[in-house]
Parts: sequence; C-alpha cells; structure tokens
Amino acid sequence: MPTVKVKVDRERCQGHARCAALAGELFELDELGNAREKGDGVVPEALVEKAYLAKANCPEEAIEIEDKP
Amino acid sequence: MTRPPVTDWSTDFDHLDPRWVENPYPIWDELREKCPVAHTERFRGVYFPSRYEDVRAVAYDTENFSSRRIIVRETPPPRIPAPPITSDPPEHRPAKNLLLPAFTPDAIKQHEQPTRDICARLIDRFAGKPGCDAAIDYAQEIPVRVIAVMLGLPESEGDRFRKWIHEILEAGITRPDILMKAMGETSAYFQAEIDKRKSEPRDDLITQLSRATIDGQPITEDHLLGALRLILIAGIDTTWSAIGSCFWHLAQHPEDRRRLVNDPALIPTAVEEFLRAYAPVTMAREVIKDVEIGGCPFKTGEMVLLSFPAANRDPRMFPDADRVVIDRKENRHAAFGLGIHRCIGSNLARMEITVALQEWLKRIPEFHLDPAARVTWSEGTVRGPRKLPVLLG
Repeated sequence: MPTVKVKVDRERCQGHARCAALAGELFELDELGNAREKGDGVVPEALVEKAYLAKANCPEEAIEIEDKP
Repeated sequence: MTRPPVTDWSTDFDHLDPRWVENPYPIWDELREKCPVAHTERFRGVYFPSRYEDVRAVAYDTENFSSRRIIVRETPPPRIPAPPITSDPPEHRPAKNLLLPAFTPDAIKQHEQPTRDICARLIDRFAGKPGCDAAIDYAQEIPVRVIAVMLGLPESEGDRFRKWIHEILEAGITRPDILMKAMGETSAYFQAEIDKRKSEPRDDLITQLSRATIDGQPITEDHLLGALRLILIAGIDTTWSAIGSCFWHLAQHPEDRRRLVNDPALIPTAVEEFLRAYAPVTMAREVIKDVEIGGCPFKTGEMVLLSFPAANRDPRMFPDADRVVIDRKENRHAAFGLGIHRCIGSNLARMEITVALQEWLKRIPEFHLDPAARVTWSEGTVRGPRKLPVLLG
C-alpha cells in the first residue's frame, strides 16, 4: 500500500473519539476531546490499514486520507 | 392510560403505542421503505424521519431545527433549559465547552476502576443464585452510582434520581404536573448541594462547575442548575438502557456470548455494534422555519423525533442492518448523535458498558432469558429493557 497522509477536518469533528480509540498512533485528542492528526499526519506503511479503519468509523466523516505528495 | 390505537404508522404514529414500545424495528423498516418521513397529529404534530440520511440532515441543520425543546410531550411544553443540550448556536458552543473537559477519554479513565468495583459489588449480590434481573439488579444500578460519584453525591441516592428521571422522561410526557414537580425537586436538591460546596469545596463535578466561567463571567445559577440536571438525567437511564440491551441480546445469543467470553478483546468492538443495533436515545427538535427534507415539508412549530436508533438500522448505510454482527469493522453509527449535539457523555457511556460486560462475563459466562418471565421495555424516547429476568449458569 502506498504511504498516505491523514487529516482531521476540525470543523466537522465533534469529538466522538473513534479515531483515537482505533488508531491512537495516528490521532490524538485535545483538552476538549476533539481529534487531530498526530504530527504531520504521515502514515507509516504498517498503519495504513488502521488509518482507513479510523476513517470508516468516524460518524462525522471528518477524516481525510490523501496520497502523500 | 389507554391511547387511541394507531391506524397508520406513516400518518398517525405514536411512539407510546405498546407495539412501538415492544418492538419498533419492523415499524421503522416499513416506514423507511415506503414513507420515509412519517408524521402524526398526536403530540401537537410530530415528524419522524426513518432514514439515516434524513436524520443526519436534521441533526446538522441548526438553522431550521432548534434544540430548545428536545422532548415530545402531549401538552404545550415548558421550555426547560439544560445547556448545552437545549442550546442552539451561538450559545451552544461555550456551554458545551464548559462540560467537555470532564468527559474526555482521559478524564473518564479515572472513573474506570471505581466503575469496575461497583460492578463487582453488584455481581456479588446475585452470583451463585439461580437467577437475577439483569436490568434491575445490574444495568440500572451502574450508571446511577457512577454519576453520583462523579457529581460528588452519595451512591445511595439512586432511588431518588431514578424517580426523577422517570417523572421527567416518561410520566411527564403526558402529565405536566408530575414533570413540574420533578423539576422543582431537582432544582432544590442541586441548589442545596451547590450551597454546601460554597463553604466547603470538594473534589467533584458540582464544585468544579459552580466555579465555571464563560468569557470571564461566572455562569448563572439557572445555567448551572440546568447543566447539573442534564448530567443527572442524560447520564443515567440512557446508559442503563444500553447496558440492559447488551444483556438482552447476549441472553438470547449464546454464540455471541461465548465468543466474547473467549475473546474479551472483542468486547469494545461488540459494544459499538450493540450501540448501533440497540441505540437507546431518540432526541427531538422543534421546526423553527418551514423547510423540506427527504422530499417532506416540515412545518414551523411542529416537532421532529430524531431517531438515531432508526437511522442505525438503515440498510442504505449499514449492510445487514438488522443483524447484530459483533465484529462489524466499519461502524459509523449515530448512537451518540451527529453534529454539534454529539453526546457529551459518550466516552463515559462506552467505558461503563464495556466494564459492565467485562465484569459480568468474567464471573457469569452462561445465562439466558427466564422462559417463565416477561421482558418489559421503557416508554418514551429512551429505549431499553426495564425488566430482564435471566437464569444464571
């Protein structure tokens, strides 16, 4: 699988916290419990599947996955 | 109380009808295919979107749908503020941000061990006996105690809290006198607890919230009382219902139960599926501008039942929507709502349901419904078993 980048749309995120539960290596929560991608969002190859799992479980569809430029 | 029987679910639905209370899923399935937005003249006019996409559209549309009234009642409803659940933008966000820090997954972690201890003590009472009522002896006792501990109130107040919740959410739908009496009693109770903490602050949520500010200003007494009432009401019978439904399912599905006993790591995934399939909470909105959704015109002044449980059963969104698949991988369910009113207590509820299952399955791996007894369900907009007699072992 090609390496990808995750990004949380902070406007859409409502803090369901599914991404942090399913892929804690890629997402973290702020002091209100809303999510953001860790660091630059680049996903190591071993975690690509987890990135897609997090996206597929976000009720607000707030997670974007893009091919790493 | 007898109610006129429903003649047609799409034009005359009644969510207090015994058939809806007992098993609403076939009714919703039918509406979803042929209606899909039902309406009733009962309760002063209410819409019921049955498809996921329409439920989501209403939940996201805070321009046309207000949260100032969130319970469908038979009488002209009093406006009872319980911020942020009854708040609209722009007041909503600051009111919600006030409560959020106490309910993040990290903040909830500190309540996990106390919850485990509560569950273990409850199980001690019936483990080794031939049977128990999983709703009454277990599910209903967990959230009430956890919330009491969080707020800084005695665990022994459970009966009083449950009485208020019943009066506000169930009896109060048709009896405004009961509703207003319960509102008065909760206000007086919390006021006394706030006053106690003014002279002697404690390490609890009541103390923390009574010092809270928005834009540097202390929050008003009404805001504080409303928020405390919300935490009490929203945090108890909802989670109690969710836990009860898990046990109702597992009591009838030995294959799922044994799988979780043998592979406890699957419990959190199964909890998401139970939340999807048996989502307890239906919210409501008031139409504040005429608008069309799902091809259906919504008239100003009427209410909308926002059924996340019905949305969660929509096969357009969830393959095999009517089947409980405890290892379902993609599960974008809406049990905790969608949009700005996402349930603040979702992380707490998830922890309580998970711990309740873990502790029980560890001690009581085998149980099933008591064939000689009857399961009963709550009425109103929080759905869960209220009597769930099971035989153990």
